Amino acid sequence: MKVLVPVKRVIDYNVKVRVKADQTGVDLANVKMAMNPFCEIAVEEAVRQKEKGTATEVVAVSIGPVQAQETLRTALAMGADRAILIQTDQDLEPLAVAKVLAAIVAEEAPDVVIMGKQAIDGDNNATGQMLSALLGWPQAAFASELVLAAGSAKVTREIDGGLQTVEVALPAVITADLRLNEPRYASLPNIMKAKKKPLDVKELSALGVDTVPRLKVLKVAEPPKRTGGVKVGSAAEIVSNLKSNGVI
Amino acid sequence: MAVLVFADHDNTTLKDGTHKTVTAALALSSDVDVLVAGKGAGDVAKAAAGIAGVRKVLHAESDALGQGLAEAISGLIVPLMAGYDALLTPATSLGKSFSPRVAANLDVAQITEVVEVVDGSTFVRPIYAGNALETVQSSDAKKVITVRATNFKAAAEGGSATIETIDAGPGAGKTAFVDQQIVKSARPDLTAAKIVVSGGRAMGSAEEFQRVIDPLADKLGAAVGASRAAVDAGYAPNDYQVGQTGKVVAPDLYVAIGISGAIQHLAGMKDSKVIVAINKDGDAPIFQVADLGLVADYKTAVPELMDALTAAGK
Repeated sequence: MKVLVPVKRVIDYNVKVRVKADQTGVDLANVKMAMNPFCEIAVEEAVRQKEKGTATEVVAVSIGPVQAQETLRTALAMGADRAILIQTDQDLEPLAVAKVLAAIVAEEAPDVVIMGKQAIDGDNNATGQMLSALLGWPQAAFASELVLAAGSAKVTREIDGGLQTVEVALPAVITADLRLNEPRYASLPNIMKAKKKPLDVKELSALGVDTVPRLKVLKVAEPPKRTGGVKVGSAAEIVSNLKSNGVI
Repeated sequence: MAVLVFADHDNTTLKDGTHKTVTAALALSSDVDVLVAGKGAGDVAKAAAGIAGVRKVLHAESDALGQGLAEAISGLIVPLMAGYDALLTPATSLGKSFSPRVAANLDVAQITEVVEVVDGSTFVRPIYAGNALETVQSSDAKKVITVRATNFKAAAEGGSATIETIDAGPGAGKTAFVDQQIVKSARPDLTAAKIVVSGGRAMGSAEEFQRVIDPLADKLGAAVGASRAAVDAGYAPNDYQVGQTGKVVAPDLYVAIGISGAIQHLAGMKDSKVIVAINKDGDAPIFQVADLGLVADYKTAVPELMDALTAAGK
């Protein structure tokens, strides 16, 4: 069974994001970048499926600038077999990413696509569901447990108020939620080995996919700052304050 | 311009997020219809018809719709969109699972977790876990939008819309429901509660979390939340998690017990009207957003808080 894992290069989740003074976007200059945390979970899951013997090949794909090769090397160091970079400096919206991924699926013919539920930059939580819709494949979004079998997958999903288990026929798109697994750290020998694994680079323009943006960003602003209030000396003061302000 | 609002419900009760999404829809158009897709959800359709400002309720019934399978819901909505210019869905787990499918099938962008409607094509939405707000203008003919309901006021009751039964659509195709476990609780729903009491890693164990947080929540009639640290440590179930990777809440009162206030937690609760924080570390970042802070060990402060509430007649 062949698994395709799309991964995205984003600002490292530990970095404090700063909005540019001219409000055109977020400052990405000299900021540490890393693989999107939900994508790491997806890579980990694909590699574990391979270690279990359910998957035979794990292909990582990224769409982004030349530096996204580093993100793909991380996926290779975690255990992916080979990687594909669709190179572009354009910032693609989820619909465009889904269309590019659909073109790659047509070439690679995977049995399952496992990807993060959301990228922590745009917070759209849309690409996996869109890919599934474009391909006409079933989806299992927000997976916390995945059991792959021949021709189908049993997926436990995070839903409002609890958990739901569904069975999807393969091929399918599965998006990873936080509890699916805890990604490994790549070992030094595996990082060295990853440098020799195949990484194909293709130009986005060569795919002939419509990636024209549908949304124009007019402004990126800082959220209104909340100012801290007062420190009180006792629990009784909290209650009297809440009471006098009509909160309780 | 006509707008379709997807109703948030559990087949029995219409959720408040629907009323709030109707408010967002009414900012776009006065022609607002509500879709109730479920199984045995007749009461939900009646409740939706009672929301002020709603023109018509569309009611579709099937097993797959009642189970909230994304393929069935998007398959129902896509053809309906021939008659609408916008689809607004509360940004619940369910809404997030099917709305992007509808957008892709219509070949339009999804505008995710809108917090403000500027005009018919311009919207404000959080990015980077709420650390920045992006204003976007859509060039698509039809808008597919998910709404962060906590940022809108609930539409009032008092409507008398007609209810139209419609066909259930094509079903879930190659996805089959197996089972589900819904956590039952007598407490209010976390995202709709007026008061939320949350505990952090300082609790140290699941038993301590329940011993300290639950009675305080019950005294205040509050929902129980938790920080990601407390959830990761196994002190509280995952669906208690408030934050960027959990639920976004904006109650009238948020009480944070033993929570340091990591950025990812603040992203989920900083829109609360009043924030109370109890933490023994006076430098904890939670105090930078708290209206009322008490630097104290929760072990002594929470019992004192319980006593003070009792004395105040709670």
